[in-house]
Amino acid sequence: MTNNLLEIRDLHKRYGTVEVLKGVDCTMRQGEVISIIGSSGSGKTTMLRCINMLEEFQGGTISIDGQEIGYEMVNGVRRRKREKDIARQRALTGMAFQQFNLFPHMTAAGNVALGLVKVKKMSRDEAEAIAEKWLDRVGLLSRKDHYPGQLSGGQQQRVAIARAIAMNPKLMLFDEVTSALDPELVNEVLQVIKGLAEDGMSMLLVTHEMRFAYEVSSRVIFMNQGRIGEEGNPREMFLKPKTERLTDFLKTSSFN
Amino acid sequence: MDFAFLDQLWLARLPLIKGLGVSISISFLSIAVGTVLGIFVGLALTYGYTPMQWLVRGYTDFIRGTPVLVLVLASYYVLSTVGVELGPFQAGILALAVFCSSHVGELVRGALQSIPKGQTEAAKAIGLTFSQTFAYVLGPQALRQALPAWVNTAAEMVKASTLLSIIGVGELLLRTQELISRTFMSLEFYFFAGFLYFVINYSIERFGRYVERKTAVPS
Repeated sequence: MTNNLLEIRDLHKRYGTVEVLKGVDCTMRQGEVISIIGSSGSGKTTMLRCINMLEEFQGGTISIDGQEIGYEMVNGVRRRKREKDIARQRALTGMAFQQFNLFPHMTAAGNVALGLVKVKKMSRDEAEAIAEKWLDRVGLLSRKDHYPGQLSGGQQQRVAIARAIAMNPKLMLFDEVTSALDPELVNEVLQVIKGLAEDGMSMLLVTHEMRFAYEVSSRVIFMNQGRIGEEGNPREMFLKPKTERLTDFLKTSSFN
Repeated sequence: MDFAFLDQLWLARLPLIKGLGVSISISFLSIAVGTVLGIFVGLALTYGYTPMQWLVRGYTDFIRGTPVLVLVLASYYVLSTVGVELGPFQAGILALAVFCSSHVGELVRGALQSIPKGQTEAAKAIGLTFSQTFAYVLGPQALRQALPAWVNTAAEMVKASTLLSIIGVGELLLRTQELISRTFMSLEFYFFAGFLYFVINYSIERFGRYVERKTAVPS
């Protein structure tokens, strides 16, 4: 047993014959905020999606709090866990998506409460109270009865974050949550994430917001061609990159 | 229009009302059974394992490629040769329900596939199981999506119910024809029957609009 919240060992992932993750190792302690940066196609989003089994992976292990995710060894054969167990394990993590993916036929409060009622088996009242607490936290309590179609992109993304975090996950995954937003709406979402970081929430962020990654992360991982190219604290990574790849990448990114 | 028609209409009111009732029963039953079956067909087409998808795909393609009249005749005459004895009413309902199920199946498949993948992923990410995802996230969205086309199919089923007159089910068309062969007022009574069919279908359409309005998502 280790005290690591997240442990990724030799993670391999293929789409057909194309190998997108070629052996990724990564550990994360409780309360860490790790940003994953890298050019598109480097495997950063795929890695994030493997952690909650939105993607299957062919080799290696991922453990959260000592629990192996998605697969188990039965008589020496690696087997996918039962769908029900995978669903339960997915609740260990919360995820926010680039496209928000709010349920359009439910109000903001309904979106947040759904998992609480159906997965956590709370009563309606209990779930609603928690939903309101988190909507308040992301500054949208007054919009709780609005439908996603009536909210701006930034507001939708904040509701989506509230929906994920209300489930009380051990680890939050953010997949390029500001990439689909108009520039003037980016900040309100980043402020919410920053607040969560200050609360000590463990978070893994795939992001193109280099300035934000620099400010909020305790550690930065640079993904390059399916492997971890370089990792370290944000100061070293952004100001004194060791590898040529990272240097090149930072030149083309908006960090300056 | 002279009064002879109204006299005849009054005289024939009971068989006509009965016929109308039978037509409505046929339509209602075949739509209900066909829709329930069709939802399973749509689910199998969308989420079934590959062999099952092939099987169900074969079923829908075969049924959709067959004229409804042929299905009705087959259900009544062919099934009895293999030992399944159905009365004309039951055989007719079976044929129409099967026909309806293949159409509803396609509607459901189309509606489910039009929902962005992110919806399923978001549902999974908060820990919903597949059946929960379907019940609370995909189903309600697919329902709204499929509703207008479903109303169309329902209206088609009402029209197709007339085909059961061929195998001797005493529905509205057969009763009308019997009446015409007695009174020779073909124009009047065909028009009258047509009017009744229009009323049924118009009501279905209004009902569909009403449900659409009631379930619309504000944006």
